[in-house]
Amino acid sequence: MTSTRYKILHDTHYHYSSTVSLAQQLAHLWPRESLWQRTHHRGLHIAPEPTHRSDSIDAFGNPLTRIAIEKPHDSLIVTANLDVEVFQRPELDLNISPPWETVCQALSYTTGKPPDPSILEAARYRFESPYVHLKQVFSDFAADCFPPQRPLLLAAQALMEKIFDEFTFDPNATQVATPLVQVLEKRRGVCQDFAHLMLTCLRSRGLSARYISGYLLTQPPPGQPRLIGADASHAWVSVFCPVQGWVDFDPTNNIRPELEHITLAWGRDFADVSPLRGVILGGGSHDPDVRVTVMPLDEAIAHGL
Amino acid sequence: MSNLLIHYPHNNPSQHELFDAKRVVRPHWQRLLKHLQEGGREHLQQHQALLERQIQENGVTYNVYAEPDGTDRPWKLDLLPHLIPAEEWHLLASGVEQRARLLNAVLGDVYGPQQLLAEGLLPSDLIFGHEQFLWPCQDIQPPGGIWLHLYAVDLTRGPDGRWWVTADRTQAASGAGYALENRHLISRAFPELYRDLRVEHIASYFRTLLDTLAHQAPVEDNEKPLVVLLTPGRFNESYFEHLYLARQLGYPLVEGSDLTVRDGTLYLKSLAGLRRVHAVLRRLNDDFCDPLELRTDSALGVPGLLDSVRRGRVLVANALGSGVLESAGLPGFLPAINRRLFGEELQLPSVASWWCGEPPVLKEALEKLPELLIRPAFGSQSFQACFGPELTPTQLNELRERLCQRPYAYVGLERPKMSVAPIWHNQSGRIEARPLAMRLFAVARPDGSYYVMPGGLSRVAAKADAEVLSMQRGGASKDTWILGARQATTDPWQHVKPLKAREVVRSDHYLPSRMVENLFWFGRYCERCEGEARLLRIMLSRYIDDDNDPQAMQAALVVAEGLGLVPQGKTPELEQRLIRAVLDEDWPPSLRSNLQRLHWAATNVRGKLSRENWQAMLELQKMVLPEANNAESGELLELLDRLLLSTVTLSGFALDDMTRDDGWRFLMTGRRIERLQFICNSLASFISGPTVQDPSALAWLLELGNSSITYRTRYLASPQLIPVLDLLLLDDHNPHAVVFQLHMLIRGVQCFSERFDFPLEQTLSDLHHQLLKFNLDQFESEHSSAARQDSLNRLADLLRQISHSSAQLSDRLGLRFFAHIDTSQQTQSL
Repeated sequence: MTSTRYKILHDTHYHYSSTVSLAQQLAHLWPRESLWQRTHHRGLHIAPEPTHRSDSIDAFGNPLTRIAIEKPHDSLIVTANLDVEVFQRPELDLNISPPWETVCQALSYTTGKPPDPSILEAARYRFESPYVHLKQVFSDFAADCFPPQRPLLLAAQALMEKIFDEFTFDPNATQVATPLVQVLEKRRGVCQDFAHLMLTCLRSRGLSARYISGYLLTQPPPGQPRLIGADASHAWVSVFCPVQGWVDFDPTNNIRPELEHITLAWGRDFADVSPLRGVILGGGSHDPDVRVTVMPLDEAIAHGL
Repeated sequence: MSNLLIHYPHNNPSQHELFDAKRVVRPHWQRLLKHLQEGGREHLQQHQALLERQIQENGVTYNVYAEPDGTDRPWKLDLLPHLIPAEEWHLLASGVEQRARLLNAVLGDVYGPQQLLAEGLLPSDLIFGHEQFLWPCQDIQPPGGIWLHLYAVDLTRGPDGRWWVTADRTQAASGAGYALENRHLISRAFPELYRDLRVEHIASYFRTLLDTLAHQAPVEDNEKPLVVLLTPGRFNESYFEHLYLARQLGYPLVEGSDLTVRDGTLYLKSLAGLRRVHAVLRRLNDDFCDPLELRTDSALGVPGLLDSVRRGRVLVANALGSGVLESAGLPGFLPAINRRLFGEELQLPSVASWWCGEPPVLKEALEKLPELLIRPAFGSQSFQACFGPELTPTQLNELRERLCQRPYAYVGLERPKMSVAPIWHNQSGRIEARPLAMRLFAVARPDGSYYVMPGGLSRVAAKADAEVLSMQRGGASKDTWILGARQATTDPWQHVKPLKAREVVRSDHYLPSRMVENLFWFGRYCERCEGEARLLRIMLSRYIDDDNDPQAMQAALVVAEGLGLVPQGKTPELEQRLIRAVLDEDWPPSLRSNLQRLHWAATNVRGKLSRENWQAMLELQKMVLPEANNAESGELLELLDRLLLSTVTLSGFALDDMTRDDGWRFLMTGRRIERLQFICNSLASFISGPTVQDPSALAWLLELGNSSITYRTRYLASPQLIPVLDLLLLDDHNPHAVVFQLHMLIRGVQCFSERFDFPLEQTLSDLHHQLLKFNLDQFESEHSSAARQDSLNRLADLLRQISHSSAQLSDRLGLRFFAHIDTSQQTQSL
C-alpha cells in the first residue's frame, strides 16, 4: 500500500507581558490513529516543566493532554514532535452515494427503532455546536449544490468547490471568534472558517459532518528550500455517508485529502479540538507565536532533524 | 357565604381549587374561609400591608433583567396560601418522586452507556442537539450514582382535576428558598390557622439536602466536608435566594473567582489560605462552570472544576451536564423509558406533545399547528414560544417553513390548562380568582431515593385570563400548605445531631478573601460618606445661616478643597459648588458617587450583615437624592442630617451587631484607616491656615470631629485652640481623636500579625509615640508667634505623615490579603 511518512514540528510560544501565576492548558497535539494513518513517534515537550500533566482520550476519541503549571512563569513553550505515516485511502466513486434526501431520512429518528451504531455515531456531528450555528442563510447559500436527488457526496463536492470559488483566503479577515454570518458576508477567511462554513451548510440540511484538525504538506516555491516553521495548522471537514462512511473534503484547497493531509483530531468544530487552549491567571496581553513545519521524513533526515 | 366571595366567579369554565363540580366550597378550604370571614376585610388589608412591609424589610427581591431602572424588584406574595389536602398530596408526591428517579436514570444513561439512544427509546437529536449536553462530562460517574440532587417540576391542574407536568427543572432550579421565605411570612400571618390545620413543615427538605451533600461529598479520613454555594453573583435574577439559602444551610456563598483548582482538587481562597472544598451546590448553569473545558467565554466559573469532578475529588450538585433534560421534546419519550427501566407507568401525565424530529410527527404537528403551543426544543434557539391560535395565516406559513427546515428543534404542545385559585386582592378588598401553577421540589436522600418537599412554590397570574405565568410578567407567588399530615410532635430539625462541647466553633474558617476585601471597603466607604457628609453639612449650614464670619467659612472651604471634596472652577458660585459636591454623579468624589460605592460594597457583603444591619443600609439607599440641577441648599441640609443619622447607625451596627471575627476586623480596619486619614488631613490643613485662633472656625472643627458636645460640657466656653487640639488629637477616650484611631489601628494590625504572620507596622507605632509626646504647651501665648507657627507646622507635618503611612498600610493589606487581583483569561492558539 502506498504511504508517505512525515516529520512534523509544532511550536507554540507564549511570551507574557506580566507573570502568570497559574496556568491550565488542554492540548490536542497528538495525532489520533486511524485506518489510513499511523504515528511512529510522538513527543510533547513543555517548558516550564508542568506541575501536573496527564494524557488521556477525549469524548471524541482524540488524544488529549492536560497541563497545569502552578508556579509563576513568564513564558510557555509547547513543542510537538511527530513522525506520522499516511496511507493511500481506497478509491471512492462519489456517484454511487445515495441521494442527499435519502441520507437525511436515514439520519432522522423513528420511534422505537434502534439506530444503526454508525448512524448514532454520526448523530454527534449533525447539530449545532459552539462555532457552528445553523441558520437559513447557510442553507440558502448551499441550495444550488443540493438539487433534488443528487448523490450526497457529489453535492458535498459541489459545495466544496463553491466555497473554494467564491471565497478568498485572507488571514487578516477573521479571528477565531468571527461569526460565520460575517464570513459569508465578506467572502473571506481562513481554513477554519471555510471548514465551519461547510459544516453549517451541511448540518443546516440535517446532514452529519465533522471538523478535522491537522496539517497539510506545502511545497516551497520552485528552486527554493523549505523554510522551517513556515507552515500552519490546517482544518477541513468529513461528511458522513451511510454507504461509504466518512469522506473528507478540504474546501480551502478544493481537494479531497489523500496523502498530503495529516489528521490530528476531529470533533464537532474547532472548540472541541483546538490544538492548545487554556486559562491563565495574570499574563497581561500576549500573542502566541506559532511555528509549524511539515516535511517528508527523508527530507527531515537529510536536514538532520 | 362570606361576603368576601361576592364577586368570585362561580361560573368560570376552568377547574376551581376552591369549589367542587357543584360549586360547593371544597372541605379543605372551609376552615380558611371561615377564618377570613371572621377577620373581615380590614383585617386582611392590615395583614397584606404587614406582609408587604416584611418583604421590603427582609429585602426579598427578584431581579428582572429587562428592568431599566435598577435590578431589584420586591418579591410578590399573595396573602392566601394554596391548600392541598393530605390524600391528594400523597399521590402527587409519589409521582414527583418517581419522575425524579427516572430523570436521574436518564442522566446516568446519556452520560454513560447511551443505551436509551441505542435502543431507539430516546432520539439522539434531543441529547446531542442540546447545547447543555456537555461532551466533556461523558463517562464521569458522580458519587453515589446521583446526577440529580435537586429536581423541580412545574405543574398545572387540568380540567380532569389531575396535575399535569408542564416543565422539568434539572439544572439549578430556583424557588426552594423563596418557598421557605414565603412559609416564614404566611405562617406568621395566620399563626392559629397554621397550627390548627397541621400544615406540614418544609424544613426537612433542606435538612435532607444537608445530609445528602455531607454524606456524598468525597472526604479523606475524618475531614469535615466543606460545602459551598456557587452563585453567578448579584446580577442573577435569584440572587436573593442564593444568599438566603446559603444562610439557611450554613454554606459559604461564593463566586467562581473565590475558588481555585490545584492538582485536581478544589479550594476556597480564604483569608487563612486555601481550604479544600468537598462539594459545590451550584446556582450557576453547568456550561458556565468551567471556562477551561466547557464554555470558553465564561468568566463566571472555576477553571479546572470539571477535571476535579472527573477525578472524584469534588461533588457538584446537580452534576455538570444535567441541564440537558430541560427540553420540551423530552417528556413525550419518558413513559416508554420508564416502562423500559422500571417496568412502571408514569404517575404524573405530561401535556400532549409533538416533537417534530420524526417525519410522521412533524406532518401531524403541521396540520394541528393552529391549535398548538410551539416551543423550541433547545434553550440556545432564538425562537420564542408562540401560540398557534394567535398567529395570522402568513405567520403560520412562515412557522411551517421554519419547522420543516430544522424539524428536530421544535415541539408542538397542547396548551396547558390551569385551574383558578382564590387570591386576596387588596385594592378591591375582595377575594378574586387567578390561574395557578405550582412548582414542587425533590431532593435526593443519601441513599439516592428522593424526598419531596411537602409544600412548594405556587404562582398565580397577574390577570384573570392569563395563559402564561411568570414572575417576570408581574405574577405573584403563594405559599403552599399540605394540610393535616403533620404528626403533632414533629420538630422540623429533630434529626439534627447533637453537638459535643469539643465541636463548638468560634470562628468562620471559610471566609472568602473576596468577602474580606469587600468588608474592608464597606468599612472605608461607610466612613468616607460620614466624613464627607459632615464637612458638607458644616459648609451648607454656614452658607445658609450666612453668619458674620466669612473667614471661618472660607477656612472650611479651603479644608474641603484640600481634601478634594468640593469641585473647582466651572461654577464659581459657592452654592452651586456645594450642591455639586453632594449630588453630581458625574463628579467622582461627590457624596452621591461615594454612596453608590458604599451600596456596591454593601451588596457584596450582604451575606455577612444581619437582617437589621441590612435594613439600615436599605434606609440609606432609599433616601432619595434630588437631581443636581433642581436642588435647594435648605432641602439638602435636611437630607444631610438624615444621611448622617443613617451612617452613624451603620457604625453602631459595626460596633455592636457583628461577631468579632476576621471579617469584622477588616471592616473595622477599613473604618479606622479612612477616619484617620480624613481627620489627619483635615486637621493638617486647618492648622496650616489663618484661622487657628478663630472661635467660629474652631467650632466647626469640633463639629467635624463630632466632638462639640464633649467640648461644651467640659469647658462651657467658646472653643480655643489648645483644648480643641487636645480633644481631637490626643484624647484617648474620644473615638474621633487621632490617637484613638492610631491605637485601635495598631492593635488591629497586631492581631493580623498574630493570626496571619502579617508584618507589624513600625512606622505607625513610631508616629503614634511622636504624637503622644507632642506637647500642646508649645501653643501657649507666652511663646512668640513665630515659635507657635513653627510648632503648628511641625504638627501639620506629623499629621500628614500619619495619613500617608495609613494609606500605605491599606496598600500592604491589599497586597497581602486580597492579592487575587489577577484576572483569569482564556488563551487559544492554532
